[in-house]
Amino acid sequence: MITLNGISKSFLVAKRPSGIKHAVKSLFHREYTNVEALRDISFSIAPGEIVGYIGPNGAGKSTTIKIMSGILVPDSGTCTIHGYTPWLDRVPYVKNIGVVFGQRSQLWWDVPVMDSFELLRDIYNIPQAEYRDNLTLLVDTLDLGSIIHTPVRQLSLGQRMRCEIAASLLHSPSILFLDEPTIGLDAVSKIAVRHFIKTINKEKGVTVILTTHDMNDIEALADRILLIGKGTLLYDGSVQGLRGQFGTRRTITVEYRENANPLDIPGASLLSWTPDRAILSVDTEQILISDAITRLSSQVELLDVTIDTQPIEDIIVQMYKEYEL
Amino acid sequence: MRLFFKYMGLELKSQMQYRTSFLLLMLGQCLTPFTSFAALYFLFERFGQIQGWSFYEVTLCFAVTYVAFSVTECFARGFDTFSSLVVSGNFDRLLVRPRNTVVQVLGTRFEFARIGRLVLSIVMLIWAAIHIEIDWTLLKILTLVLMCVSGVFIFTGVFILAASISFWTVQGLEIANIFTDGGREMTQYPLSIYQTWVKRFFTFIIPFACFNYLPLTYIVGREGSDSPFYALIPLVGILFLIPCLLVWRIGVRHYRSTGS
Repeated sequence: MITLNGISKSFLVAKRPSGIKHAVKSLFHREYTNVEALRDISFSIAPGEIVGYIGPNGAGKSTTIKIMSGILVPDSGTCTIHGYTPWLDRVPYVKNIGVVFGQRSQLWWDVPVMDSFELLRDIYNIPQAEYRDNLTLLVDTLDLGSIIHTPVRQLSLGQRMRCEIAASLLHSPSILFLDEPTIGLDAVSKIAVRHFIKTINKEKGVTVILTTHDMNDIEALADRILLIGKGTLLYDGSVQGLRGQFGTRRTITVEYRENANPLDIPGASLLSWTPDRAILSVDTEQILISDAITRLSSQVELLDVTIDTQPIEDIIVQMYKEYEL
Repeated sequence: MRLFFKYMGLELKSQMQYRTSFLLLMLGQCLTPFTSFAALYFLFERFGQIQGWSFYEVTLCFAVTYVAFSVTECFARGFDTFSSLVVSGNFDRLLVRPRNTVVQVLGTRFEFARIGRLVLSIVMLIWAAIHIEIDWTLLKILTLVLMCVSGVFIFTGVFILAASISFWTVQGLEIANIFTDGGREMTQYPLSIYQTWVKRFFTFIIPFACFNYLPLTYIVGREGSDSPFYALIPLVGILFLIPCLLVWRIGVRHYRSTGS
């Protein structure tokens, strides 16, 4: 059980205008601006959930993850995870979590992956039997058998990421934080990583909190999303709910027998038009889809109709716009 | 402690990946003290003695400093390069592991090539101890060993202090080298040849004197320092590590990570 209540965090950032003159000046006198990275963030996550944490760059995603994993101390607010306050009870607390930073490695660069795993076993004091079981499971499901004796520096990014994820799960944590786990991966690796996250969540009941910019990750994995922008929590709910709230537009593609008259449907806008094909964007808050099609069929002789929901990617862009992020 | 050796084993393994580079580095490290030592030698060649200190006495002092410093650089190098850990944000990684940060930082880096320097320093130490005109007693030998041990603790403390600065400045400050490399250069000679305020600073603030000058006066039997208290002064130097670790703890609380 994870509960955050009224978490705020601000940083003092030195103003550094560009140019040599300012660089020299800043040696002696520096102006600071107070940047509020997080403002009054509250939410709670139940065991076994997969939560997608999204927001544009610099919104405060990583700061939240760092507070939840005990790296940073917030200015105010409380955070209780499994009865611990992460930054106060760091050592006993971090035994329960696994953290993957997509852009940073936790493996030792020059030695085979297996050596890193063994050192992690000693760091976490994992009992030998548990270590062996976990290792077998991870090697099988992540398909690591052929790469586990290769030095990390010789692995591809996709292979390395699979090892990173394995490394963070050796000590059977009950919570897994993934900070951009699919960044820079090719399609095959992405799907492998997603599939694996889903599996350990289902089979071992691991709570997963992931940040990402790839909306496909969110759609494939997350039951719930948290949207953060400029340090404030803007949306907390299901992906479907997000569609309901923001994704009110549908795209209708129609083909019809040649007709020179342009189509005119209230509540819909034409995205493209040729004498035999048109694409319309329909706002379902203004006109029902069935009404739109009825009107269309009265204006032209319809041959084919396809209706697409808005891709989640577009909804997010629309949300960012709406909140002026 | 067991974990510390595991870290060491892994680091040794990775440095062995680049064997030629490792061996060359070791050889190079073996030779560097020679330049400082040559300076010392020619100084005595010209002047015979410095403020009543003979060549072998100063060589002993020089060797103790080098032994202590090379051991420290070999094992506590992690603190010496700590600012890069902060700049890259990799210190985050250490914080999400259920272990003491000091052990983990020590574990980030070992400079095994420094063993070359250590071997040479030990040879020098023994050579000076044989040639010096002293009746070696058991206590004096014990003192000599304690001097080296205490030196390691004090240099480690200085490294930790210097590293702690990074928590506030992010970038490591070169000024800290005054006390690490500078301390090494300075303590090669008995402190009595320096100004009074320098002596005081390096006795009471950063107690370099505790591991070499003060016990050395006992070993060579200077007047006024023949009480066994002087022999055990290196133990006081070891206590220097405690305030350093406290500063480190405060620093960790103050840590603000970088990047995404």
